[in-house]
Amino acid sequence: MNDHKGVWVFSENYELMLELLAGGRPLAASLKTELAAILMGSQLNDRATELVRHGADKVYSMDNPDLKDCHTERCLSLLAKLAIEHKPEIILIGSTKSGKELASRLAARLETGCTPDCVQLDINGQGTLTTKRVVYSGNAVVTATYLKKPQIAAVLPRAFEKPEPTERKGHVVTVDVKIEKSAVEIVEINEIRAAEVKIEEAKIVICGGRGIDKKEDFQPLIELANLLGGQVGNTRPLAEDRKWFTEWIGLSGKKIRPALYMGCGISGMIQHVAGMRDSQVVVAINKDPEAAIFEVADYVVVGNLYEIVPAIAEQLRKQLS
Amino acid sequence: MPRIIVCLKQALDVSQLKADPSSRKLVTAGVPRKISDFDKNALEEAVSLKEKLGGEVVTITSSAEDAKTSIREALAIGADKGYFVNDEGLRNSCTLATSHVLAEAIKKIGQFDLVLCGEASIDGFSAQIGPRVAEILGIPVLTYARSITVQGDTVTAERSLEDRYETVRTKMPAVITVTREINEPRIPSLMAIMKASKKEIVSWRLADISVPPEKAGEQGSGVKIMDVSAPKVERKKETIQGESPREIAANLVKALIQDGVIGR
Ligand SMILES: Cc1cc2nc3c(=O)[nH]c(=O)nc-3n(C[C@H](O)[C@H](O)[C@H](O)COP(=O)(O)OP(=O)(O)OC[C@H]3O[C@@H](n4cnc5c(N)ncnc54)[C@H](O)[C@@H]3O)c2cc1C
Repeated sequence: MNDHKGVWVFSENYELMLELLAGGRPLAASLKTELAAILMGSQLNDRATELVRHGADKVYSMDNPDLKDCHTERCLSLLAKLAIEHKPEIILIGSTKSGKELASRLAARLETGCTPDCVQLDINGQGTLTTKRVVYSGNAVVTATYLKKPQIAAVLPRAFEKPEPTERKGHVVTVDVKIEKSAVEIVEINEIRAAEVKIEEAKIVICGGRGIDKKEDFQPLIELANLLGGQVGNTRPLAEDRKWFTEWIGLSGKKIRPALYMGCGISGMIQHVAGMRDSQVVVAINKDPEAAIFEVADYVVVGNLYEIVPAIAEQLRKQLS
Repeated sequence: MPRIIVCLKQALDVSQLKADPSSRKLVTAGVPRKISDFDKNALEEAVSLKEKLGGEVVTITSSAEDAKTSIREALAIGADKGYFVNDEGLRNSCTLATSHVLAEAIKKIGQFDLVLCGEASIDGFSAQIGPRVAEILGIPVLTYARSITVQGDTVTAERSLEDRYETVRTKMPAVITVTREINEPRIPSLMAIMKASKKEIVSWRLADISVPPEKAGEQGSGVKIMDVSAPKVERKKETIQGESPREIAANLVKALIQDGVIGR
């Protein structure tokens, strides 16, 4: 087991990879080993140096036109090959849906363990990785450790803050890429939402639930979000049952950790709470004084959202002018 | 006419979990078990493919605990036969061990065209089993499918990812994991429930599928659970007072400004 060395990070999402460097840095320090970033893509230019500036000691760079979309199949074969050759001790992978598929398949190929959706990473007294993640629909935090190497962990977006770049030195290794024919063919890609700011990155999220009767009634929430420079979000039934939206906040949807979350007409079912419980400040507006969301709120507002939401907007306008 | 194997997990009914108030440890004993929701979507999809194309649907479950009631339910929903790997040696299996056991069981079940799984289980939510089983079997995997179309020896799925839908295609046999959006699982009729009692459940021990003890349970695992606790909630739970919506709004805005989460 001892011949495994080094902490690796990989994500098909470049921004997430920078966050992983922040997660991996203390692990590498604690193990007195190096932190390496696995960079795959096309026309990477100075990204490798940028990764070094964000904390990588080494960058394995694979630049190839066929890696433009970081297709899971292709990234997987390359990553597995590299891992078999260099035997890293820890591999951190961005826990997006594709990232989780990649992490699981990599773990299968390397016959090792993997924990997905990690929010915390530590090295225990034996020098083994321990991870924390939320399970049981947000009802529990599981602490797990590893019995085999490499230790693979998929790390949730925003679990770590992207590090500040500094002037530092690192080693860039250019890896020869041979693309194998993939068994899975991508026929078509439809972007769900492109131009807008991603909800995970919004500082303020005004979230609506089934307490909102009609799609038009979402307008006051949008206005409030605009006033605050935030975004609107929603619970799953508004997407799945009512088809007003294509995504939602929660266990099976987006996980957000904004500075301010305001839930309007949301009951606070655990599956929804799992996606917002890490918000810094939580405001809940519900007409039912017994609503479960009040249990996870900093500010409890018992009342009709149809009256309260416009009143908040009004108040803000007054303060801003 | 495809032969479809559905992986069914008997999961904890997470909506009924409670934490011990003093230790914050989760109490799982006595919590009801049920077929994991997304696996039920996988089963429904398999049964409706069978209704369209013919063929056969069988289920595979692996558990140290009894799961026959859940398997019977699957048979009532429309599976033709249930396979059940039931062995004490399965306790404390992580996904590495579980996927190995499932893959060996699938090899023993024999020829198939598709293996369907839920995208993840409602309790562990690791999303690893489908992809891992595919790797061990050495066949392609399509994850997070919100629709599946079978044509000849080709299967096409529309994947539901964070920022896009991706239509992908591969040759069968393949593993597919499905999302909840794919369908609404049927509730079996009384008739179907009665018929299900005559269908066969094949029970296996680990030895029957040639899995040595060191490949299952904790020995066969790559990850060990150290602790399961309820997450800390340290919320203020402060009720915003006020006689009117306007007064409430003013007090709320004041509090948020004081907290520094909104600007002045
Ligand atoms: C496996 C699984 C995964 C799931 N994943 C998710 C997920 O990721 N995200 C998610 O959101 N859900 C998820 N769900 C669904 C979840 O269980 C709940 O059904 C859902 O979150 C409830 O949405 P809601 O709060 O909008 O609606 P409801 O539960 O119907 O609550 C509406 C609330 O609005 C209040 N209200 C009504 N009118 C007003 C008014 N005028 N003013 C103020 N308050 C008002 C009511 O008092 C009530 O509390 C999942 C379910 C399952 C089984």
